[in-house]
Amino acid sequence: MDQSHIRNFSIIAHIDHGKSTLADRILQLTDTVSAREMRDQMLDSMELERERGITIKAQAVRVHWKGHELNLIDTPGHVDFTYEVSRSLQACEGALLVVDAAQGIEAQTLANAYLAIENNLEIVPVVNKIDLPQADPDGAAAEVADLIGDDPGNVLRISAKTGQGVDAVLDAIVERIPAPAGAPDAPPRALIFDSSYDQYRGVVAFVRVVDGVFRPREHLRAMALGTRFEAQEIGFMSPAMRPVQELQAGEVGYVITGLKDVSELRVGDTLTAEKRAATTPLPGYKDVKPMVFAGLFPTDSDDYPELRDALEKLKLNDAALFYEPETSQALGFGFRCGFLGLLHMEIVRERLEREFDLDLLVTAPNVAYRVKPLNGEWVEVHTPADLPDSFDEVEEPYIKASIIVPKEFVGQVMELCNDRRGRFDHLEYLSEQRVHLTYELPLAEIVLDYYDQLKSRTRGYASFDYDLAGFRPGNLARVDILVGGEPVDALSLILHRDFAYERGKALVEKLREEIPRQMFDVAIQATVGARIIARETVKARRKDVLAKCYGGDITRKRKLLEKQKAGKKRMKQVGGVEVPQEAFLAVLNLNDVAKR
Amino acid sequence: MPAVARHLYVHLPFCASRCGYCDFVTVVGHADLHGAYVDALLGELELERRLLAPDLESIYLGGGTPTLTAPDELERLLAALPPAREVTVEANPETVTPELAALLSRNRVNRVSIGAQTFNTALLDVLDRRARPEDVRRALHHLRDAGIGNRSLDLIYGIPGQTAADLARDLDEALALEPEHISAYELEAKPGTRFTHAHGTELALQADGLESYIELVVERLTAAGYRWYETANFCRRPDRAGGRDLRARHNLGYWLGHDYLGLGVGAVSTIQNRRWRNAPSLRRYLAAHARGERPDRGLETLSAVERSTERVMLGLRLDEPLSLTGLRDVVDRAALERLAEGGLAVHREGSLTLTPRGRLLGGGVTARLLA
Repeated sequence: MDQSHIRNFSIIAHIDHGKSTLADRILQLTDTVSAREMRDQMLDSMELERERGITIKAQAVRVHWKGHELNLIDTPGHVDFTYEVSRSLQACEGALLVVDAAQGIEAQTLANAYLAIENNLEIVPVVNKIDLPQADPDGAAAEVADLIGDDPGNVLRISAKTGQGVDAVLDAIVERIPAPAGAPDAPPRALIFDSSYDQYRGVVAFVRVVDGVFRPREHLRAMALGTRFEAQEIGFMSPAMRPVQELQAGEVGYVITGLKDVSELRVGDTLTAEKRAATTPLPGYKDVKPMVFAGLFPTDSDDYPELRDALEKLKLNDAALFYEPETSQALGFGFRCGFLGLLHMEIVRERLEREFDLDLLVTAPNVAYRVKPLNGEWVEVHTPADLPDSFDEVEEPYIKASIIVPKEFVGQVMELCNDRRGRFDHLEYLSEQRVHLTYELPLAEIVLDYYDQLKSRTRGYASFDYDLAGFRPGNLARVDILVGGEPVDALSLILHRDFAYERGKALVEKLREEIPRQMFDVAIQATVGARIIARETVKARRKDVLAKCYGGDITRKRKLLEKQKAGKKRMKQVGGVEVPQEAFLAVLNLNDVAKR
Repeated sequence: MPAVARHLYVHLPFCASRCGYCDFVTVVGHADLHGAYVDALLGELELERRLLAPDLESIYLGGGTPTLTAPDELERLLAALPPAREVTVEANPETVTPELAALLSRNRVNRVSIGAQTFNTALLDVLDRRARPEDVRRALHHLRDAGIGNRSLDLIYGIPGQTAADLARDLDEALALEPEHISAYELEAKPGTRFTHAHGTELALQADGLESYIELVVERLTAAGYRWYETANFCRRPDRAGGRDLRARHNLGYWLGHDYLGLGVGAVSTIQNRRWRNAPSLRRYLAAHARGERPDRGLETLSAVERSTERVMLGLRLDEPLSLTGLRDVVDRAALERLAEGGLAVHREGSLTLTPRGRLLGGGVTARLLA
């Protein structure tokens, strides 16, 4: 189809503001899917996505409306996937900015709207859920218009649920969003905005053709990574896969690559044809690196092979997931895993538990650190135990946090951010009631319970989003926990020196409660380097003997002893101390840590 | 199976009432069955006689309340038993009359174990014990007057509501009576007993507070010239007992891993690698005798490792060195060294002795020591 009749767009919305419902309605209204085929929230193909009301992996679907070909490119809806969102947006000329008429703009909407504006997208503002009794369409429209510098009159008012106003949205897409303007005869270039793995066909790349034409059987190359392959099939989704003989400039579709490893094809990379190769890739490719790390251990050590297989399978579809084997004296065999952020971690954990039926212990997460050892080169450290005792400098990742909150909670939010080593950046009134705050915070300060704290201190009203803002020097130290004089690898943490004492003390106190009394006194210490910053003692038992034992009792007492012996075998030996697995779980388990 | 057992246990299950904390095989009432029961015991003795050595080291009549058995029947039983160096009968204080003491004495009983438990009347009530403190004093005197010169007192500590001061008073009272032997047990909440039902939670809550009680017991009794020869057992030292070794020979047999034959309802026997327990039902016990058969039994075969395990478990309860000869396979050498370094055990010339602190931690020590 001629480029002038093509429109490529995304939908930007906060979780639950109706993005998926609107997408469903568009599919129905354009007869892409019959009512019979209609399954709510068609685009979110994974069970997990539907349940959480978020979209993890972007997909694209082609619909037809009044002689035009519209490509709806779905975007992942969360902060951890900012880079993927930005690539999806780069594949579009416009975006629907959908805001709940009752809720108004949320931080996430704001972040993605800014991304769209940065990508020079034409924004079509939409206020959804106008059928709700508590809806304030005028208020929401004013906020949106203010945000994008538009006239409130241009804000569309719809109910995706009832279908009211959705046809006007389709009209607006055609009228307001510009047609693609690539060079149809130039060497072919296509932007990869997503990929997924199909068990039978290998890696499927979702692409937006910018210049030229792509055909099946052509030899293609990913320009940044240099991966070469033959396009086994090309086509578009509507919403099922429909093979075609060519994808032209301006069009959106898929390429079946036959590759076996998603990491060979990265989102943001540019595809070109070997025969008529482009010389310059499309801008914006980044090698995304995991920023949050945690240990994943099977609760039952026999499940280790299952965990390994499951991670391998997940990795097929998730190039951003990083993992390597890790052995902990406290927790046994497991994996050190790297994630883009907290939600990414939560999604991976849930998929492992749900789809693979694994019982997991996830250790409290830490961030990536950059450290320059004495007279050494900068290295990245993913686990606290790897931080050397002495070093020249250490840096930690920072984020720029964006928080929207009713004005009465501004004080609480600022207090929380200050407690977490935040640096105030900016405060702005979005309306008379709502304030947009930006802060710079160390990522380490938000990985544990920041979000929960934010929600509880604002009675759930705050919305939060963040962007990575690079590494900054930090006054950091490694705190080790020693049991019976021996460090427990899994319990080391990297902390700002000001918090080392407090956290070290809390940890040793918790451990003292969890470690049963032994035959000898057990010292539990927190240290920074050679300095002991906290100490607790588990006092030795004074008595542990059965009162009586005569001829009739012997078998029963022996069995009791055998049971006791078996119990000892399940204990971990640290510095001659028998520590039940549960004690480590209590101090390490993410859920418990966050609750404290 | 050769005739090897030199220790004989005889169970007499009859009680006047059941104490809430007791989980032994006991029978309340059925005074009419005493004769039939003694018949059955003697019948079982005949069936098993070939398992007994000709010269017995010890006989122990336990219960129940053996001294509640009808005097004629008790005498008939005692008279029919083979001779032994030590013959012990368990007695409740209130049952010990001058007549009973004489009966025991003329039937070669030379040791009596009195279930005093405590001298505090309120605590006696908690335990459902009928005897009063005066009964204990009287019983000991009657026994001495009858010439029974080895008298043991049972004490129980850790009774709900008992303070450390209460226990100290009990120990003083017991010592004032100058018994030859004292057994002191921490009250155990045994599963399924009426007592555990009523006091189990309380017992669990006070457990930590009771740590010092056993220390108090050991301190007081050893200071008064008693030898702490087993975890829960004390006897007057030879220098205070005219040179006599007053340790309970029968129980020493258990702790040293000797074979023993048990007769009666619920009684346990261990001969070499076979251990059996007679069914705990009085009715079935009597019925088997009526048929001229052995009572119904549960049989357990002990492996070499199990026997060694028991040797360690029981031997470490004693104050004497445990010879490791033949036990090296079950003992974890590294653990042994750790325990020695920690001051809980002394390992010397192929034998092992626990230090006093090691004995108080005997359960944990044994669990670690066994490979």
